[in-house]
Amino acid sequence: MSEKEKDPKIKSRREFLQTLGIAGIGTVVSGAAVWAGINYDKKKSAGDRVRVLTAENELVEIERSAAKSIIKTPAENFTYLQKQGRDGLAGRRFVMVVDLSKCRNARKCMNACQEAHHLRPEQHHINVLKMQETENTPAYYMPKPCQHCDNPPCTAVCPVDATFKRQDGIVLIDNERCIGCRFCIAACPYSARVFNWAEPLHSHEDENLTYNVELNVPQRKGTISKCLFSADRLREGKLPYCVSACPNGVYWFGDENEDAVTNGTTKETVRFKKLLEDNGAYTLMPELGTKPRVYYLPPKDKEYPFQEKDKEEAAEHLHV
Amino acid sequence: MSDQLKTEKITSDLLRSIRLNKSFLVWMGFLGTALLVCLYAYFLQLRDGMVVTGLGDYVSWGMYISNFVFFVATSLVGMLISAVLSLSGQKWAAPLARISEIIALAFAAVAGLVIVMDMGRPERLLNVFIHGRIQSPIVWDVTVITIYMVISALFLYIPLIPDLKIVHDKAGNLPPFARKIYKILSLDWNDTPAQRELIKKSTRIISIFIVPVALAIHTVTSWLFANTSRAGWDSTIFGPYFVTGAFVSGCAAVIIAMYFFRKNYKLEDYITEKHFDKIGQLLVLLSLVYLYFNLNEYMVPGYKMKRADAAHIHTLFTGSHALLFWSTQILGLVLPIILLLFKKMRKPGPMLLIGLAVLIGSWFKRYIIVVPTMEHPFLPVQNVPVNFQVYSPTLIEVGVTIAPMIMVLLIVTILAKVVPVIPIHETLEHIEEENK
Repeated sequence: MSEKEKDPKIKSRREFLQTLGIAGIGTVVSGAAVWAGINYDKKKSAGDRVRVLTAENELVEIERSAAKSIIKTPAENFTYLQKQGRDGLAGRRFVMVVDLSKCRNARKCMNACQEAHHLRPEQHHINVLKMQETENTPAYYMPKPCQHCDNPPCTAVCPVDATFKRQDGIVLIDNERCIGCRFCIAACPYSARVFNWAEPLHSHEDENLTYNVELNVPQRKGTISKCLFSADRLREGKLPYCVSACPNGVYWFGDENEDAVTNGTTKETVRFKKLLEDNGAYTLMPELGTKPRVYYLPPKDKEYPFQEKDKEEAAEHLHV
Repeated sequence: MSDQLKTEKITSDLLRSIRLNKSFLVWMGFLGTALLVCLYAYFLQLRDGMVVTGLGDYVSWGMYISNFVFFVATSLVGMLISAVLSLSGQKWAAPLARISEIIALAFAAVAGLVIVMDMGRPERLLNVFIHGRIQSPIVWDVTVITIYMVISALFLYIPLIPDLKIVHDKAGNLPPFARKIYKILSLDWNDTPAQRELIKKSTRIISIFIVPVALAIHTVTSWLFANTSRAGWDSTIFGPYFVTGAFVSGCAAVIIAMYFFRKNYKLEDYITEKHFDKIGQLLVLLSLVYLYFNLNEYMVPGYKMKRADAAHIHTLFTGSHALLFWSTQILGLVLPIILLLFKKMRKPGPMLLIGLAVLIGSWFKRYIIVVPTMEHPFLPVQNVPVNFQVYSPTLIEVGVTIAPMIMVLLIVTILAKVVPVIPIHETLEHIEEENK
């Protein structure tokens, strides 16, 4: 055995010179980088930097060019869209408040939604129902989107994780992965999901579109579709399609973390918790433990009367 | 008759079925043609989408899922007759073990296909393995059904090994390639005491293992429904309710198979009237237990009449599904129980008719469990076309539903043609033991 193998601390002359060389080069390079950085910073004026609020509610200053490169989304990149779609918007907890005293069944929400998501007339991400609980209680119109439950029965039963709950509270469906077993339809107590039984409405025109999981377009034959809270619009800081389309001020939409919701019609912004508190808000079928993110304000002092022609349909289940 | 002669007679009796004859070919030709027609229906569904069915966004599970539950159910009989009865020392059932294993294997194997036929995207089946999520009862179902299929195949094969050797040695008119296959499959069986012991032991191990797996497949299948909160499915007794229902339908399937094998293969000396009498009694027992679960399942929610349950119960008892509901309950369950209490009815002829009634009733019972619940969700069904509100299956859908039934008949027919349906080796062994 040689001496070197006996004691690893004893290095050969050659090894020593190697180490010295690497350390020397490293010092020169990092020194140069620091020097260049200082110079570059000096050249910039204050206007090149912007202050932005991060998702974690932290105010930071960054370069304007950096901000641009983040906002710009490669819309044609499927993998990118899938990733951002599954990640969701950090720090946000989206909520919707539906004021039943304002709804008069105008159905602008349904139309805007069907147009945005390329749906057939019988496919409803949001459906305005004619409701009546008991014979003596009044009939009312109830828009019913996906409730985006915090304990969603639909995502639990999905065998392939095609439908999933995001950190911002939204439940999405990935129709590139969905196998079409329809277990989620069976599991959803709110009948919020639809299926593409036939070739989708615009399948021909949409052929070359890159699939965006936040819009669920293009729709695919043999897969599920559902309300997405217009996740694509939220990413741009806009209100959902249905909320913006309502002419009657039915919808409030916002972020539970900010405790603020904005009315889609009046654009008025109010405290979320206070709105619920002042109006006796409730959720649909709380006894099922699904914890919906859609809240309803009761149909008290209705601004529009319930149409005579709709009464029979609303009372249908009472005759059973 | 000397023992030697007796052995030879038994062997040749039980080997008689293993030959190609005209009636077999005609039957296979008929099944093959019918299968092609049904597969064409499935092709149409693949081409145009599931819009060719009567399904919609509200009743999104219909005949296919009913069919799936029926198939899984009927496959349970292998476990009941070949495992439970033999473990509990019921020797009379031994000659029926192979028939019930053939039925079990055929139904279990095809059940997997039935569920694929219900998928909107069957080409993405592999996603279940690539992206499978352990929380989903479908993943549990896929897992246990696969295991059950493998165990059932072993349960059929292992006791068959000595018989394969007998077929190889004794069956006349075998084409050389077939004889070779029998030789390979019989794994050098030469009837040594050590080999006998090995077969006995492994059969016993499998018959113990198959009990929990079989219970699991149908319990998990029942959870596909019971794990939702829908009226009519939201029940804690769905597991045992489905398992007993499964035994009823499987038992009926075995009775029907017994009748035809006995008649066509001239097995009157082996499947005797005593067997029909015994299995008739077994069917009464199983049906009574099932009736008891039915009573619970409908009486308890019917007494409380919670809103969603009330709508469901009304549809079944007096509404749009009443005719189907009462026919399945009376013709498929109550009447068979009453009839089978009489010894006269436990003869092959009447038993065939009762078996058919029970089996058909079992199929419609699954339909009654699946469809009415979906027609009554918690929130009203509005703003959709009429065909979304009320489910009525289409002709194409019926074709796609019948296809797997034909496949089961094909598998059973072929298996029963290539192997002796009554275990030869076991029968001979039994006689040996008696002589001692």
